[in-house]
Amino acid sequence: MYIIVAGGGKVGFYLAQHLLAEGHEVLLIERNPDRVTEINEVLGAVALPGDAAEAATLVAAGALRCDVVVAVTGEDEDNLVICQVAREKFHVGRTIARVNNPKNEHLFRMLGVDVTVSQTNYILNLIEQAIPDRSFVHLLSLQHEDLAIVDAKVSKDSAVANRSISEIELPPNTAIAAIARGAELIVPNANTLLLPGDDIFAIAHQDQEDDLRRLLV
Amino acid sequence: MNVVIMGCGRVGARVAALLDHTGNHVTVIDTDSRAFRRLPPNFGGETIIGTGIDEDVLRKAGIEEADAFIAVTNGDNRNIMAAQVARLVFEVPEVICRIYDPVREDTYRRLGLTTVCPTTTVSAIILDNVMRGTGEGSGARGGTT
Repeated sequence: MYIIVAGGGKVGFYLAQHLLAEGHEVLLIERNPDRVTEINEVLGAVALPGDAAEAATLVAAGALRCDVVVAVTGEDEDNLVICQVAREKFHVGRTIARVNNPKNEHLFRMLGVDVTVSQTNYILNLIEQAIPDRSFVHLLSLQHEDLAIVDAKVSKDSAVANRSISEIELPPNTAIAAIARGAELIVPNANTLLLPGDDIFAIAHQDQEDDLRRLLV
Repeated sequence: MNVVIMGCGRVGARVAALLDHTGNHVTVIDTDSRAFRRLPPNFGGETIIGTGIDEDVLRKAGIEEADAFIAVTNGDNRNIMAAQVARLVFEVPEVICRIYDPVREDTYRRLGLTTVCPTTTVSAIILDNVMRGTGEGSGARGGTT
């Protein structure tokens, strides 16, 4: 695939390096010419100096034949416009934007960006998982249909403790995918009992996370 | 009319002063408090420090009751993003967005934003004057001299 990466900071650099290693054709656009020189010294001639929101830069980068544009600069407004110009002017099939301010994630998707990646949310999630004794942790947001993967720890006092899955009324469109009990990973069926201390990995609609929390924890 | 202006540079400050002078309720947003010094001493509107691409800052500036939003910071992309937030999230009836880059201006005009491009406008005026000086008036401004 031909992938254009806009923004040559740490994220753009390592992304380009990774994509090149996977055998893709990659072009990185970076505004700062000194940074372009640095990148080209390490990765070979892959970086082009310029403003990725400018049509002239995108033409020079061959945007018309590119499959994916990934905008990972540090500025949300730049990432948004780079993706919109790529889509509207160059008909790029897939646009991916890094979102620095989590508040902008919904807006970006409303404005036609295909995929948004909010690093602030990812880091928050990772830290949340690392804090011991959290009873309900949002592990991952899936962009498909706004689903989430959550980890809920069954407490002694939980309404579902010592009951089988068939006895529990889960919120609609929610599925228990796996149960971690100590070192054992259980793929549950209707007769599986939920024991205090179990970690339940469930897939749920993001707006049903609170219902699920009340039920399981 | 309630008007929110993002960017208190020369243009933002002037538009704010004129609208304020003609009896409108004006709120000006800028990231730099020193920019508000460009407003005249008798300016009766409000000033908010912050970035207009942040929905909370826009709310604080009264965007929900605004009849018009004007995006005139120095950054094209910032203006474009704020204008789209004003139009699509807050449904402000009149949204005007300054874009220096003519190609980007064309793209977003097609997408339905009301845009102003100083580059093409000023270039046209300059060319017109140059042509009139050489007796090849384009007629764009009357061209009868």
